[in-house]
Amino acid sequence: MTILHVTGLTKRFGTTDVLRGIDLDVKRGERIAILGASGSGKSTLLRCLNFMERPGGGTITLDGQVLGREGKAGERLYRESELIQVRQRVGMVFQQFNLFPHMTAIGNVMEGLRTVRGLPKPEAEARARKELARVGLAEKAETYPAHLSGGQKQRVAIARALAMDPEMLLFDEPTSALDPELVGEVLNVILALAKEGRTMLLVTHELGFAYHVATRVIFLADGAIHEQGTPDEVLKNPKKDRTRAFLASHKQFSF
Amino acid sequence: MAYQWDFSPVLANAPLLAQGLANTLKITGTALVCGVVLGLALALLRLSPRRFLSWPAGFVIEVFRTTPPLVQLFWFFFALPILVGIEMTPFVAGAITFSIQSAAFFAEVFRAGIQSIERGQWDGARAIGMRHDQAMRRIILPQAVKRMIPAFMERAIELMKTTTLIATISYADLLFAANEVSQKTFRPLETYTVVALIYFVVIFLASQVARLVELRLARSGESTVH
Amino acid sequence: MRWDFASVFENTDALLVGAAGTLRIFAICLVLGLSLGLLVGLGRYSRNRWVHIPATVFVEFFRNTPVLVQILWFYFALPILLPFQISPLAAASLGISLNSAAFSAEIYRGGIQSIETGQWDGARALGMRWGQAMRRIILPQALKRMLPALTNRAIEIFKMSTLASAVAYVELLQQGKLIASLNYNPIEAYTAVAVIFFVFLWPLVQFSYFLERRLRRDE
Repeated sequence: MTILHVTGLTKRFGTTDVLRGIDLDVKRGERIAILGASGSGKSTLLRCLNFMERPGGGTITLDGQVLGREGKAGERLYRESELIQVRQRVGMVFQQFNLFPHMTAIGNVMEGLRTVRGLPKPEAEARARKELARVGLAEKAETYPAHLSGGQKQRVAIARALAMDPEMLLFDEPTSALDPELVGEVLNVILALAKEGRTMLLVTHELGFAYHVATRVIFLADGAIHEQGTPDEVLKNPKKDRTRAFLASHKQFSF
Repeated sequence: MAYQWDFSPVLANAPLLAQGLANTLKITGTALVCGVVLGLALALLRLSPRRFLSWPAGFVIEVFRTTPPLVQLFWFFFALPILVGIEMTPFVAGAITFSIQSAAFFAEVFRAGIQSIERGQWDGARAIGMRHDQAMRRIILPQAVKRMIPAFMERAIELMKTTTLIATISYADLLFAANEVSQKTFRPLETYTVVALIYFVVIFLASQVARLVELRLARSGESTVH
Repeated sequence: MRWDFASVFENTDALLVGAAGTLRIFAICLVLGLSLGLLVGLGRYSRNRWVHIPATVFVEFFRNTPVLVQILWFYFALPILLPFQISPLAAASLGISLNSAAFSAEIYRGGIQSIETGQWDGARALGMRWGQAMRRIILPQALKRMLPALTNRAIEIFKMSTLASAVAYVELLQQGKLIASLNYNPIEAYTAVAVIFFVFLWPLVQFSYFLERRLRRDE
């Protein structure tokens, strides 16, 4: 069952065309790893899917509902109130965590429930505790982000996204800002979510993890999908030269 | 019935206003020059390791920053003459008040600027045998002054606004002239509007000049400190 | 020379009335100035031209005109346009509040701009509206940074209250003038007023130094 249907997605920043026509279908339970060199448009693509950036052109359909409406010149117009609803259904985890430093871990996790969903504090707090426990940080509930390690911060960020019960999760290079020894704890949480059958799109440089967790791999180059397929197809037997070159540069110092 | 605006009586009194503006610039300029010199002296005294120098300086700075300028003005105009037995004119009272008051703020700008010069400069100066005052004069101050210019200009523009207080002790500055003209012409609305605009134009231009200087300093790579 | 502080002590009632007047206008201008300043500051921060340009004009005009000129304008000029009189308190409050609003607008704008965009991302990704993000995430963090500058603004407002004496509003300086003219003791009267202001403001000034030090340490 298709949860996300994207056709002809384009996005331009200034004079640069960052996304040049992306077509993408995501079924429920799919786990898609998005790879590519920097500047290939991976982050922009992700940020368009929950409308943190407004697409320049193309259509995005979430769960059968076409978003936005047609403008006079054929462009797509979006109302902020509609986009806010989308963001409640699509969770995002950032490279820089973006935790709220003036709130405790549990404060961060329940913020969405309280302010956006309007849940009363006791109920929101109970849900938040469950999510923190799920990512293994129940005992850090009253701790402020400043006193958490990078890996702990990212796990709180994941709990914060999960608390909103999202239909789909977007991970924007979740481990790129972490010290190597902290990467594992975050990947394990993502792996657990994958085992639950959650739909997720994952922009990452962790090729090994992508191979093990993804059901589909997409390689992005110059703002378009250069190659896609199963992890075996794209990562072990890439068909295109650029894909091969990208993978080779990543394997350069592997032992 | 809508009010009929009529600026002609105000414009007819332009010479009075012009004289007022000239006097405003006179008191501002005087206070600025004296304030800077006194401010530098206060700053150096404040930085002195000798307590009998730094404490009185600190006292003056704190008192003049923590009391309202208008109270200071009234004190110097009404109280000081009796205390010291001298003749006092509005201009002199204003000059003394605004010089010391702005000096108190300039002193803090100077102090911050001087303290922002890193220890290494002092070390370098002393290592070639300079005395404290030589180091200050030849090495530290020249560098500090460049950094202090933005804060200094901000303070100077503040001073331009503060000197309007002198109208309350009947010094014939622009604001005082406004009062006179308004009573002469029975057109307070037009008079005060014109005067407000004159102040705005003069001070706004000064701010823009300050901004330009700041931009040129930034471009030439000088760091600025507040 | 004989210092006659006795007559000042006899007039403590007058000084207390003055102090009440000072505190009243201080409270009015603090609340009006700082809250209007927040609105204008948000306007300055906005990228919408229709909001940004009027906010900028407001800030530039009220920062670049002397407060005393504004007070006198509100007291002498404005009543001509309106069908009613403007009291000394109203005129002085308007002048001081608008001036403070213009200065605090820039403090707010700077504070809000200093919060990294990642915080906006985090808030929006949860589905927060602009107002919710501002209220729950951005402003609470920005306020901590703006506290020293806003405290300085409050100190300035307190000092500006003396300007209200120019339109004969009954505050401390006005009472000082009264005592001096009745008892022919300007030295004692104005010294007393200066001391009262110093006693009121010195704790506040020290507190703002403390805030500045704490901010520098935390950043």
